Order: sequence, then structure tokens, then C-alpha cells
Amino acid sequence: MIGLRGSEMSALFGFAERQLYVYKRYWVWEVVWLFYSIVSVLSIGFLASGLGSLGVSGGSFDLRRAQLYLLIGALLWGYLSLVFMEAAYAIAWERWEGTIEYTFMAPVRRITHLMGICLFAIVYGLARTFIVLLVAVAIFDIDFSHADIAGALVVLAASLAPLIGLAILTSVLPLLSPQKGEQMSFAVQGFMLLVSGVYYPLTVLPWPLQAAGFISPLTYALAGMRRSLLEGATAADQIPTVGILLGMGVVLIPLGFAVFTWAERRAKALGLLKRSG
Amino acid sequence: MSVPAIDIQGVRKAFKRRERDAGAPWWRREQKEKVALHELDLIVEAGGVTGILGPNGSGKSTLIRILGTLLTPDTGRAMVFGWDVVTDALQVRRRVNRVSVEAAFFKELSPWENMVYASRLYGNTSRGTRRRVVEILELLGLPKDVIDQPMKQLSRGQQQKVAIARSFLTAPSLLLMDEPTTGLDPRSKKEVQAVLETLRAEREITVLLCTHDMDEASALCDRVLMLDGGRVLADGSPDELRARHGAATLEDVFMDLTGKTLEAEEAEEAVT
Repeated sequence: MIGLRGSEMSALFGFAERQLYVYKRYWVWEVVWLFYSIVSVLSIGFLASGLGSLGVSGGSFDLRRAQLYLLIGALLWGYLSLVFMEAAYAIAWERWEGTIEYTFMAPVRRITHLMGICLFAIVYGLARTFIVLLVAVAIFDIDFSHADIAGALVVLAASLAPLIGLAILTSVLPLLSPQKGEQMSFAVQGFMLLVSGVYYPLTVLPWPLQAAGFISPLTYALAGMRRSLLEGATAADQIPTVGILLGMGVVLIPLGFAVFTWAERRAKALGLLKRSG
Repeated sequence: MSVPAIDIQGVRKAFKRRERDAGAPWWRREQKEKVALHELDLIVEAGGVTGILGPNGSGKSTLIRILGTLLTPDTGRAMVFGWDVVTDALQVRRRVNRVSVEAAFFKELSPWENMVYASRLYGNTSRGTRRRVVEILELLGLPKDVIDQPMKQLSRGQQQKVAIARSFLTAPSLLLMDEPTTGLDPRSKKEVQAVLETLRAEREITVLLCTHDMDEASALCDRVLMLDGGRVLADGSPDELRARHGAATLEDVFMDLTGKTLEAEEAEEAVT
């Protein structure tokens, strides 16, 4: 046996390793999802290409820039939504497999459990997005000569903090409602897509949706990434964006765990862990 | 004096559900309370096998879940080796493992992958785990070649043995067994019971065995509690209970106490 910190580290790695085993067994599904991700990103890229033939050109409209704008949105949405859904589905997964009681009986802190799932999602998401990126670069001849990759990576890293907090908050839903929680996670994901400026600037939205976009961490992640990849904003230029994202993370991660702890206590009082329907 | 393995004082658990009465309009749902455990007092000393007997709905699984920190009691206090199941849940979980009627596994993963996962959750590194897994599976009579097959390809009996092997891997002080032989074929049932007999003889861990199989309880348990409707009806060794009620079997003891046979109780449960 090893010490307390060592045992938590062992469990953290155990959750990530378990996810790896599960993905290996469901590898056909993963090929399907990868294909779907590639097709989605390519569709967005071709949509941008098609704008020219639809007569959307001239004036201040820059087709190459619009294409890159949309592709960055599609790629980043693909990555961040994967991390979000993996973490948000931490409980739903256990319900599907019937292992929720076993996992909740293990001598592991909940933060270790959820962070283990997030750790795998971050690494796996990076690998999958990298493949999609390679295909997109090969097909659309994307020009990153003006981009500041370091600046973009700093924003991407910072954006994970609030996203994990938000995902933990969402993972509570299947704990609160065994029947409807899973579908509600999808609704949260869809709403984030609508309000975060993935494919359009926030200014085109009606003001209530703009207000929702203003508090979505994805809005700042996307805007920051675009500034670095389209306009060459450096890591130093990104300090305000990184500050906002980390600030949101500082609020959302503890809030996520506090709400999860409350929900777990409630589930144990009402006997909701047992029900899988 | 040693700390009891289980010390329960005045534990009660009820579940609230919103239900519609027959004939009532769809929107009218009444909140109803079903008491799973009435105020329960129980002390189990460390070592040996204690059986909890009763039909479905008698409160056996509720008791197991409370001890496994999966349910919180409404009132009273439950301690495992001196640790409170609510306030010291992490300490309790380090000492407890559970084998339930439905083997809780990632069905696509192999026994080996499931057991490595369990081993890591309980703070063990994977070094030497494979050797221990093989040893335990052999002890339980499982062929070596099942270790890397997906769990879904194993029979119910084999899955249940892997569940028992997984619990041994984490070296629990208290093993909660919730109907571990239910649904097993006679041969698998005997093999699982043989493992329990070994545990009983070694007395190194405390086993709480929930079952509605009276013969199994009679053969394996040092002490038996009979539960019905969330209340303890009888408590003693199988011999004591039979002698006290002048009965030949524990089934007869149950009938003497409730006026019903266990089978009738279960049939009634199935209808309701």
C-alpha cells in the first residue's frame, strides 16, 4: 500500500487508464466519431468556400479569413465540446455500465474521480483534434504564417479550467435525475454552441443570447484563439483573456465540486444511486 | 475490548416517492413513504459470517448500502470498525468491499482490466497485480484463459467469481455480500459457497451475507438475523434459532415467525 497522496494519484491514473481500456474496446465507435469530426470540420470549410460562389464577396469580405474563422471555430468546438461531454458524462457512463455504486464505494475523493476522467478527455481530445487539424490543413491549404501558435496554446490551456468547472456542474444532472439528466447535458452543450460565437460573432445574436454568451467561457476561448491564429496576438497580448478564463475557472471548479458534493449527498439520502433507468 | 466490525444504533431508512393512486387523474400524485428499515440496533463482532435473511423488500440491501456508504440513514448511527458511515465515509470505504447480486463491471473490459482498475482505486500499484489476480482466480476455480476475455462473454457464475476475486484483491476488513449466489447454476453456487466456507474458517475478514436462501445461511453463517418488513424478527446462531422455535429448518423458523413461507412472500412481492 502507498501513502494517501500516492493512493489518490494511483486512483487518478486508474480512472484515466480505465477510460483508455474502454475506448480501446469501443475502437470502432471511435473511428466513427473521428470520421464524423472530420466530416463536420470539412463541411464547415467547404461552406466557407461556397460563400464565394454564392456571391458573398467583394468589399471588405475576405473569403480566406472567413474560412479560417469558421474552421478555427469548428476545430476548437470539436475539442472543447469533447472535453466537456467526457467530463459531463462521468456519471452517465457509470449508470450505463451499472458500475456507479462500485465507483462511489471506492475510497477515492470525488475530485480525484472527476479529474481522472478530465485528464483522459484532455489528452484524448488533443489527439483526435490533431488528426482532424492535419486533414483540414491538407485539404484547405490553411495559412498559419501570421499566427502566433504559442499565444493560441496559452489560451487553449487556460480555457480548460472553466470548461472543466462547467462540465463538473453538468455532470451533476444525471446524479440528480437518473431519467432525464443525460438529455439535459446535451441541452447545455447545444446552448453553449448557440451563444459562444463558434461560427459567428456574438453581435449577430439578440441581446439576451449575447448576455448568455458574455458569461460563457467558450466565448473568450474562441475569441482569444482567433486573435492569435488570425491576427498573431502573442502570449503576452493574451494576458487579459487568460486572466478572464482562469478567473472563471477559479469560480467554476470549486462551485462545480460544491454542487457535486451536495448532489451526491442528496442522491444518497433519496437512494438515487441505485436507479439506472 | 476490540472495536466491533459493525455497530448500528437506531438506524431507520425510508424512501419517499410520488405515486398516482389507481383511478386518480394523471396530474394528482401523492407523496408516499415506504419504510425500508425500522429503528435497527445491531452489533457484529469482527470475524466470521453473519447472515441477513429475508425476502425481497425486507431491508437487506438497504442495510448493505448504508454500511457501504451508498445510502445515508434518516436517523441513528452506523459505524464500521469505529468509523461513522456518514462523517467518516472515506475511512469506512477503505475497509469495506461489496459483492452484489448484479456483478458491477465494465462489461466490455476483461477481468484483468476491471481488476487493475479496482486495484488502482484502492491505492495499489499494478506491480504484482497480475500474479495476484491469477492466484485469486485459480483459487476460485476460474480458468486462466478467461482473464483477458471481455466480461460480457463470461457466464453469470464466472462473472460472480470475478466479483469475489476483485473484492479479495482490495483486502477488505468487512465484506458485504448481497445475494452473491442468486441466479447461479448449482455448480457455480457450490463453488462460491466453498469460498465463503474458507473465509468463515479463516476468520480474517468479517462477512455480512444477505441471502434469501435458508439452506445457504444454515450452512455458512455463524449468526443469522431474520428480517421482514424492515424489522429484525430473530437473531441467533442457526442452531439456536431452530431450537428456540422447535423447527427443523430456518425456513420453518421464518414460517413460525411470520406465518408465511419465504416463497409465498416472494410471490407476493412479485405481484405487488
